[in-house]
Amino acid sequence: MKLPVKMTINGQTQSHEVEPRLLLVHYIREVVGLTGTHVGCDTSQCGACTILMNGVAVKSCTFFAVQCEDAKITTIEGLAKDGELHPIQQGFWEKHGLQCGFCTPGMILAAWQILDRTPSPTEEQIRHQLEGNLCRCTGYHNIVKAIQWAAENMATAKK
Amino acid sequence: MYPAAFEYHTPGSVREALSLLGKLGDDAKLLAGGHSLIPMMKLRLAQPKHVIDLRRVPGLAGIKDDKGTIVIGAMTTHWQVESSPVLREKCPIVSDTAGVIGDPAVRNVGTIGGSLAHADPAADMPATAIAAGFEFVCEGAKGRRTVKADDWFKGLMSTAVGDDEILVEIRVPAWAAGSGGAYLKFPHPASRFAVVGAAAMVTLDGTGVCTKASVGITGAGTKAVRAKGVEAGLTGQTLDQATIEVAAQKAAEGVDVQADLQGSVEYKSHLCRVFARRAIEAAVKRAKG
Repeated sequence: MKLPVKMTINGQTQSHEVEPRLLLVHYIREVVGLTGTHVGCDTSQCGACTILMNGVAVKSCTFFAVQCEDAKITTIEGLAKDGELHPIQQGFWEKHGLQCGFCTPGMILAAWQILDRTPSPTEEQIRHQLEGNLCRCTGYHNIVKAIQWAAENMATAKK
Repeated sequence: MYPAAFEYHTPGSVREALSLLGKLGDDAKLLAGGHSLIPMMKLRLAQPKHVIDLRRVPGLAGIKDDKGTIVIGAMTTHWQVESSPVLREKCPIVSDTAGVIGDPAVRNVGTIGGSLAHADPAADMPATAIAAGFEFVCEGAKGRRTVKADDWFKGLMSTAVGDDEILVEIRVPAWAAGSGGAYLKFPHPASRFAVVGAAAMVTLDGTGVCTKASVGITGAGTKAVRAKGVEAGLTGQTLDQATIEVAAQKAAEGVDVQADLQGSVEYKSHLCRVFARRAIEAAVKRAKG
């Protein structure tokens, strides 16, 4: 039996009837049509499906859409504002923080969480806090550099 | 991966949840943070016909200090436990343990009550539950009852919670002056679950003699257990390196060590001894301040 669910994704209200077993990541990709959120391991290990829910990073493959009634969700599509990349996105551009790009949306939203809690993280803190996000091609060096670039630029922007 | 179809329930109170649980019985599973249950449902290791989501039940999350006992609501997330100033001050081993569960995104959603009720044999918090002397408060139709950590873990993914009960809170005694504790694990490289984890708490008197030692082991067997032999080897002793070494040799005693893809019985028994020693060393260092 389908149930109604309503949530806000990237500032837009979404309202649909869904099966309770529909995972949030499939809801976002297939019902709402935002395919920037990826399905990697599908076992809550790789972090490719990471989104922001009510201000914290979560793995959308480990949520049912029906659990998210009234949630405020940001996906990678909602990070850039008025055509301007978010500083974390810009950092990945500047520091070549991606090759194939599959892990990138999740990496960027995990990075958002890191910088939200630790605006000036050490390299060790960044590496430790990225433990739930796997990259199989770039390696992590440039991803760490990208986040450091973002941290510096976000701090400068605040001044 | 799609779980089998189920009906979804969102009770608004513990009483309502208990009533649903009573009515639906074995066909129902309680959903807390879902970071154990949902993966199991995706793999179809669990196929409940009804899922009772506790997210909308008010009052089940939060951490408060109740006259020297820290009360943690069952729906409190690992991140809330990890970042709690009260726990950091009164019983920091609990925050430390929460901080090594899964990864940051998992800790944002997974709950202490869900994890302890699920009782995965490789979960981290069970070792600390034993070392820190958690008490588990279960609520049923007839009221509440309290279960001590030593009586909580019954076997593989099996606990003392009744079929018609809900784990509602965890009570953690604030640790005594002169105490120190540490939880250390050998993590599985992909899942970060504990291949073996050891939690140790020691209390030292003014002369450096150990007046109380408490050690829990997780990961190696089907359930977390108290390492009584290790505790006996520490209590009443001055905890120098040699004493710790000898005591830690008993870390695998009483553990039903299971061979699996991660290692043989011999290997995992060895890890028990090594991680017990390291956890005790770290606990002693912290107790000495």
